[in-house]
Amino acid sequence: MDRSLKITAYTVTTAAGRGVADHLKALEGDASALRPCDFDSIDLQTWIGRVDGVEDAAIDGVLRDYDCRNNRLAMLGIQQDGFVQEVDRAKRAYGADRVGLFMGTSTSGIGQTEVAYASRDPRTGALPKDYNYRTTHNMYSGAGFCRRLLGLSGPAQAISTACSSSAKVFGTAYRYMRAGLCDAAVVAGVDSLCEMTLMGFNSLQLVSSEPCRPFDRDRDGINIGEAAGFALLEWPSDDADVCLLGYGESSDAYHMSRPHPEGAGAVLSMEKALSSAGLRPTDIDYVNLHGTATPANDLAEDRALMTIFDGQVACSSTKGVTGHTLGAAGIVEAIFSCIAVTHDLLPGTHNMLHVDPAIQSRILLEPQLRPVRRVLSNSFGFGGSNASLVIGQPL
Amino acid sequence: MIQVGVAGIGMVAPGIENWAQGRERLLAGDPCDLATPLPKLTGEILPANERRRITTHIRLALQCAQDAIAGGTLAPADVATVFASSGGDLEIVDKIITSLGQPGKPISPTQFHNSVLNAAAGYWSIATHGHAASTSISAHDASFAAGVLEAATRVEVEGQPVLLVASDPLSPPTLHPSRPLAAPFGVALLLVPGPAKWVVTIELRKTDAFSEMGVAELERMRGGNPAARSLPLLAQLASGEPGQVNIPYLSGLGLCLNVAAC
Repeated sequence: MDRSLKITAYTVTTAAGRGVADHLKALEGDASALRPCDFDSIDLQTWIGRVDGVEDAAIDGVLRDYDCRNNRLAMLGIQQDGFVQEVDRAKRAYGADRVGLFMGTSTSGIGQTEVAYASRDPRTGALPKDYNYRTTHNMYSGAGFCRRLLGLSGPAQAISTACSSSAKVFGTAYRYMRAGLCDAAVVAGVDSLCEMTLMGFNSLQLVSSEPCRPFDRDRDGINIGEAAGFALLEWPSDDADVCLLGYGESSDAYHMSRPHPEGAGAVLSMEKALSSAGLRPTDIDYVNLHGTATPANDLAEDRALMTIFDGQVACSSTKGVTGHTLGAAGIVEAIFSCIAVTHDLLPGTHNMLHVDPAIQSRILLEPQLRPVRRVLSNSFGFGGSNASLVIGQPL
Repeated sequence: MIQVGVAGIGMVAPGIENWAQGRERLLAGDPCDLATPLPKLTGEILPANERRRITTHIRLALQCAQDAIAGGTLAPADVATVFASSGGDLEIVDKIITSLGQPGKPISPTQFHNSVLNAAAGYWSIATHGHAASTSISAHDASFAAGVLEAATRVEVEGQPVLLVASDPLSPPTLHPSRPLAAPFGVALLLVPGPAKWVVTIELRKTDAFSEMGVAELERMRGGNPAARSLPLLAQLASGEPGQVNIPYLSGLGLCLNVAAC
């Protein structure tokens, strides 16, 4: 079955900037937006991808109950690139109740609960009176916030499958549209810095004390980042520039926080994505790797890639630009895939000095300008949750 | 309108260990007191080394999943899964954030990887050696209805069986005032394309009128746990009679579920 959807509009905000133009520049160049960790009271030798200005973007007015770092980041992100205007057009075309909203996130606004716990009543242990679980911490908070911000009244939900969350929103949107529950969909991914993820990944010894170096000989872990990405999906039309062409999902069934050593689940999700797009491996011009820069993840992904592409496809990881934006990574890299297709740009692998000799895939160190028609983008998460997307020119 | 078959049901609630017991209780209109503890949940489907690591919420979800799939003809490894939960495991979140208040912010790595909303999904795939697609979703109080839509659209569009598990545990004491739930509850529905023991037709509608439970304790449970919003559907399925129930979704929206017995 044809899985195509037109990606009518998209926008992305990460440490590398606000909106598509900033990210095109970042992907064309070799500068990294990562910085030594300066988040709150975290005393950790690591680098992070922190978005500037989130602290100053307070949410007031009727939606003030939603005010928290995660929703501030969502609001900053959604306001870029004329995205809200595009959604308004879709609302006029289909009706607000016929536009769905599906948001991927791993931790939603849990940072707000961290703040609340830090100011518990010393006598009773009670959380502060102004703490609102539903509008900040709950997994659906960001989806509910953006649905109200955009004035949508169609189906909506949060998808939370750790670091594959906002890749999976594309498949959900397709199915809801195909089943007739909506005529268009806003898909999103928003995850923000919080103490739990920084200290949690540190407890698993997965964070690097340096800028992360995916696929490098000396890579030793991730840098955690934060991001907000949004895309508007509609049925394909003749004027489409870039489309979702297919998606694949699978489970590792191996370990909660380690990848299958041969990347068996990753192979399955890439195979499903290709077959749902009706494409062969040779039809893919570029793979945007999950490439988190942990020794085990990158090696397993390389094994999986070799199984399918046998070293024949150009690939790179853009985590050196943004850090690992966790539940937002899927849509951030889906949007980088859109940028690759619309600008004929193959991004390089930022911060890489020496390719790990154990890696057999064709990893791009530097960005390259050449025709890009179809991209495959990988996202893998805890619990062995895998998702792959095929994005490209209409078939 | 989406039509799916229901090939299996699982249920765990205070004093209720499985669907067989739940069905009896629903037919008799005789629920347990909400303060009754959950039955002993063993997580026995997991190998011992993994079983040691899991939490009450993960056991609750796995038990429901196992109950729905037991006795059926489908191998669990071939069935895609949708896990719906309003907020996942707030008890773990409570433990982690409490640790963050200690000097050096020491977090348990096991607690950290168990804190993801898809923890139960991950353990289920490990237990069943299942490589099929799996997703984990939330829509706050509308999580059960959202789970029905996510699972049913998968059944219809991908043409594959999908196991829906909706579960919400009690909130820990510190978070209880901010997120008060009346009782822990879990439900699982094995949804399949084509005919099965029951066929359910699902329609998304603008409405503010929803089915309630006739017995006060059951109605308290329905209103007091997002996963228990499934109770009117479970009561209809228990009755063996055709009928219609209306389940709340997002504000001003509901799912009209028409149940027919095959």
